Amino acid sequence: MTTASEPTTAIANPPVEALESNLLPSDVVRISATRSPPQPDRQLTKVAKLIDVSKCIGCKACQSACIEWNDTHPELEANVGLYENPHDLTPEMYTLMRFTEYENPEGDFEWLIRKDGCMHCEDPGCLKACPAPGAIVQYSNGIVDFISENCIGCGYCVTGCPFNVPRIHKTAHVAKKCTLCSDRVAVGQGPACAKACPTQAIVFGTKEEMTAHAEERIADLKSRGYENAGLYDPPGVGGTHVMYVLHHADQPALYAGLPEDPKIAPVVEGWKGPAKTVGLAAIGLAAVGAALHGLFGRANVVEPSDETAAEKLVKSGTSGPGEGA
Amino acid sequence: MTNSWTDIKNTDLVVIMGGNAAEAHPCGFKWVTEAKAKRGAKLIVVDPRFTRSASVADYYAPIRPGTDIAWLMGVIRWCIENDKVQWDYVKNYTNATYLVNEDFGWEDGLFTGYDPETRNYDQSSWEYQIGEDGFVRTDPTLQDPHCVWNLLKAHVDVYTPEFVENVCGTPKDRYLKICEMIGETSAPDKVMTSMYALGWTQHSKGSQNIRGMAMLQLLLGNIGLAGGGMNALRGHSNIQGLTDVGLMSNLIPGYLAIPRESETDYATYMSTRGNKPLFPNQMSYLQNYGKFMVSFMKAMWGDKATAENGWGYDWLPKLDIAQYDALRMFDMMANGQVNLYFCQGFNPLLAFPNRAKMTEAFGKLKLLVVMDPLETETAAFWENHGIYNDVDPAQIQTEVLELPTTCFAEDDGATVNSGRWLQWHWKGATPPGEAKTDTWIMANVFQRLRKLYAEEGGKAPEPILNLAWDYADPEEPTAEELARELNGRAIGPVHDPADPAKVLVEPGKQLSGFGQLRDDGSTMAGCWIYTGCWTEDGNMMARRDNSDPGDMGTFQNWSFSWPANRRVLYNRASCDLSGKPWDPTRKLIEWDGQKWAGFDVPDIAVTAKPGEVGPFIMTPEGTGRFFSRRLMRDGPFPSHMEPFESPVENPLNPAMRGNPVARMFEGDLAQLGDRSEFPFVATSYRLTEHFHYWTKHNRVNAVLQPEFFVEISEELAAERGIAKGDRVRVWSKRGQVWAKALVTRRIRPLICDGKPVHVVGIPIHWGFKGAARKGFGSNTLGPFVGDANIETPEFKAYLVNIERAEGEVMA
Amino acid sequence: MTIDLSRRGFLALAGTGVATTTLGAMGFGAAEAAEAAHVRPFKLVATTETRNICTYCSVACGIIMYSKGDLAAGETAELLHIEGDADHPTNRGTLCPKGAALKDYVRAETRLTRPRYRAPGADRFQDIGWDEALDKIARALKDDRDANLIEKNDKGTTVNRWTTTGYLAASATTNETAWLTYKTVRAMGIVGFDNQARV
Repeated sequence: MTTASEPTTAIANPPVEALESNLLPSDVVRISATRSPPQPDRQLTKVAKLIDVSKCIGCKACQSACIEWNDTHPELEANVGLYENPHDLTPEMYTLMRFTEYENPEGDFEWLIRKDGCMHCEDPGCLKACPAPGAIVQYSNGIVDFISENCIGCGYCVTGCPFNVPRIHKTAHVAKKCTLCSDRVAVGQGPACAKACPTQAIVFGTKEEMTAHAEERIADLKSRGYENAGLYDPPGVGGTHVMYVLHHADQPALYAGLPEDPKIAPVVEGWKGPAKTVGLAAIGLAAVGAALHGLFGRANVVEPSDETAAEKLVKSGTSGPGEGA
Repeated sequence: MTNSWTDIKNTDLVVIMGGNAAEAHPCGFKWVTEAKAKRGAKLIVVDPRFTRSASVADYYAPIRPGTDIAWLMGVIRWCIENDKVQWDYVKNYTNATYLVNEDFGWEDGLFTGYDPETRNYDQSSWEYQIGEDGFVRTDPTLQDPHCVWNLLKAHVDVYTPEFVENVCGTPKDRYLKICEMIGETSAPDKVMTSMYALGWTQHSKGSQNIRGMAMLQLLLGNIGLAGGGMNALRGHSNIQGLTDVGLMSNLIPGYLAIPRESETDYATYMSTRGNKPLFPNQMSYLQNYGKFMVSFMKAMWGDKATAENGWGYDWLPKLDIAQYDALRMFDMMANGQVNLYFCQGFNPLLAFPNRAKMTEAFGKLKLLVVMDPLETETAAFWENHGIYNDVDPAQIQTEVLELPTTCFAEDDGATVNSGRWLQWHWKGATPPGEAKTDTWIMANVFQRLRKLYAEEGGKAPEPILNLAWDYADPEEPTAEELARELNGRAIGPVHDPADPAKVLVEPGKQLSGFGQLRDDGSTMAGCWIYTGCWTEDGNMMARRDNSDPGDMGTFQNWSFSWPANRRVLYNRASCDLSGKPWDPTRKLIEWDGQKWAGFDVPDIAVTAKPGEVGPFIMTPEGTGRFFSRRLMRDGPFPSHMEPFESPVENPLNPAMRGNPVARMFEGDLAQLGDRSEFPFVATSYRLTEHFHYWTKHNRVNAVLQPEFFVEISEELAAERGIAKGDRVRVWSKRGQVWAKALVTRRIRPLICDGKPVHVVGIPIHWGFKGAARKGFGSNTLGPFVGDANIETPEFKAYLVNIERAEGEVMA
Repeated sequence: MTIDLSRRGFLALAGTGVATTTLGAMGFGAAEAAEAAHVRPFKLVATTETRNICTYCSVACGIIMYSKGDLAAGETAELLHIEGDADHPTNRGTLCPKGAALKDYVRAETRLTRPRYRAPGADRFQDIGWDEALDKIARALKDDRDANLIEKNDKGTTVNRWTTTGYLAASATTNETAWLTYKTVRAMGIVGFDNQARV
């Protein structure tokens, strides 16, 4: 079987013949809750998705393609007077167009539209916060992926994420988020959203190429009067593998609260080794009810001894509302 | 489209007005972003709402719905006043220099010849002066007060920026900025493209909206050029094809005409279709009309169509009125004059205005036959769905047959895109259950009917019994067989007119172009403009070579484009008088001293020397028309007309309501609302998440836009005490709907005639079937009146009222 | 601590997390070896590709349909996925939110799968066979045409005009379907013939 090449673009027709994956367990460079980091014998080319909000028409093709490719089933919600549907990221909706109405200082109206979703941080807070061994991994090309079989649905990744992206699935009791279509990347394809994007506001390639492409776009925007156009690749998380071109890069918060200077929370940074357990315990023996149900709902990974231990915990701790994020 | 989607990358300036390409045609809009990124092109959006297209525009201006003519005439006025005119183009490629009948004129917003009794014009003065030689009289110096140019200048004189601001609500500074941007493209090496859709057509004067922009494009010299043209985005995947193939009341395939009953025989029918050139040596291509017509008749009735019987002329239906368009048919239906009706892949209960009237009409049918891949509201018009379809089934006696059809994934064949590309597709899925192709259903219905006529006799059986049906399986003609018929083939030997001894095409062979069609019965072709799509070389529509040698987006070997595989219509006009491209960087074709050649199929005889033949060969003039002679019912120039339901009076003539010649049925006049009762302007539109009433059946799109809503400004919301997400009631003289309120700064009140005008935006996508939440179609509210020329309903500008709905309305 | 603890959801999850972490600290977690990192199996492997054109708007984007089963080989084919055709000059692989979900249109729960009939005054459809449905249509056409076709006008001109039966044609069918529809509708003399160009 031929080994798939590394992807260079999202604009390609996927193969239908079986290919050897280019994204192997041995390409993992970080693993959650694991003391000895892996030592890969090769370095994959760093990839990135670049989202140029100035080209984005908010059509939601990215959402549609994401649902179709990942076979998710977002709930049918109501209209609450907004264009955002679903109203937020959910465990079944990994990406979301967020719409902001903005009147600039010149008095001109702008409709700022940003595709939200996992940023695939170089320094991933979710992974650092995750207590479940192997539930979150980072490949050497930069993709941060959740390995659901190892996930315990605790939601620490939500806390650890400076962008508030992961969501806990209410019935599967695992954390879900954009995988950067790791299954497509593994066979040399780009993410489904980037392929679908009609105006190619979302493009995909090597991080180097995407950064260079962003420079061209920024020059064009500056020529059109957007003096503060720039690239969003925040250093506080080591840079990201999903980047934005913003017309107002000096004010990322304009775009539905994109963090100015995202960082992993110090408490999460501090969770290392035994300190991690202590740190997590310090967060509080808060609610367990429904969340524990989640834990035990997956019989294939829970031993009877786990249950006994957990019951002790429930009895000793306080109970809370037990809602998902 | 005169051009194509891929051609838009060649433009310098995109004007989206009367459409919302980013929202309704996102993947076509890609070429706007491409032009912006690669050519530094600018995008202007003019729309009542700040749309998704506007969100990526360089410049946006609001406009009151239904005032586009005033806006466009004002731009023409500005361009003339500021000498932003492509003079060489205007003087040589338009009818600017032609002299018009001295009796022609206008007053109070009306042209000469208006009769208020019949609501019609006597158009006899709307014509050129014709000399004794039979050719049109001209004044190349443009001095004669009756030349088209001077009439145009006088006609647009009233449309000052102040007039435009007052009527359209477009702030003057924004308007002038746009005039300047547009005016720049009068330079021979600058090109603007117009992208429009139903935002221009769905008005009682929709055709004149489009003419307004076409005239501006002629003035700027932008028709025929790469990156220019008039680009109708078109709605459905094959509405271009359905129209090409003539599926309208008054059409024969290839835009030929169904005869009127006054045309008693074939010779009479042809006598007014000579299309004699108005200049010596001019090519007037429609002089070949008879060849196209006879070939069509041979495709219909084969050997039974002969010279002796006028090619079966008697078998064609003859019209007593202009057309039995859908609005007229539904009016007749509501009056009990229609018994049997077929809806093929069409959901008129949600698509045509005045839902209550539509429901009443369907209830008066004996039998309704619906063929569709999906459940439709039309097929279930008799089902009670509470407020969403408040009917009593027991009171409705109409029988309904609902027949399951295949969809695109399950059949072979071609569809035609907006750029006139005929693209073949292949089936890749097994139809669900007992679903059948439309061709199987039509063939089976027809075979059974034909059998009944053969066995029982009956009225006028000949056209049915004689219909050519030369298919291997009479119950399911294949796409290939039908495509080959559309293209046409030789029946007898096709001779070379220059050398009658020479046979160009042997009998039985597929024709390679419409130049081979004959009016002697030796050829047949279902649709002459498609000839060339399936030749002896095979299926040209299936070609998939995406190379583009000139990098002009013409893709000559990708599928087939009508006519003659031409990608940019009128492309001769992309060159100057000597045959050189106005802009060498945008070359489509050029005269090489011997012939026309380049990256597109020349839209002129390849050996026609520059200067001898005008570029617009489909007209007898050979030029583009500022003055449209007698071709439009409502005037040879576009004149400002208010919508039938308007918040203000027409400043040109306060007594004039709507389009003075638009057809209005008796009962519908009484159902027009007044601004005292309905103070707000409603306009309907599509959202990008949905396609008409289809995608609400689809889980994914239902999730992305789940529920019916209307959009209003913060100001109107405050005035009516409506908060974001509230449930509201919106009503017109014709009905009411309940929706969620989306309060936005993307809609602002417009100041017209000194008063604020509020706009209520109403998307079209909801009904009572499918996966999305139940809702209403905007057609519940729209008025039952159409464009004066082609009867497109006035969905884009009418009056409503709105209030916060108290309590939850239960289904 | 600088973590924002105000979110109820967070607290709930923190509770679970603590349980787990504590379990891990007690030695339970370590007993369970982590599943190795892996990606979803690529779902288009061994599917049949077919080129088609999107059925929605007239941009007419090229698409590739991925099916289980090959119609060309005489098999039944189940549509599994649709994606933009990267070789297509107009859309170059991209699709809008409708096009990207085309599969769900083809496989919609509200696809019609059998002919149905609604009797006068009835409040529901009932099943009907194709033969019966087609016979019923042919008979209705024949009866109405024989009753209402205007063969000649009052001047004696043959007009073959039939106004009491009308036909509204589709907007997404092929040219070939359109042509066959045109032939049959015109041969009957129907003038109330229209399409979806205006709406």
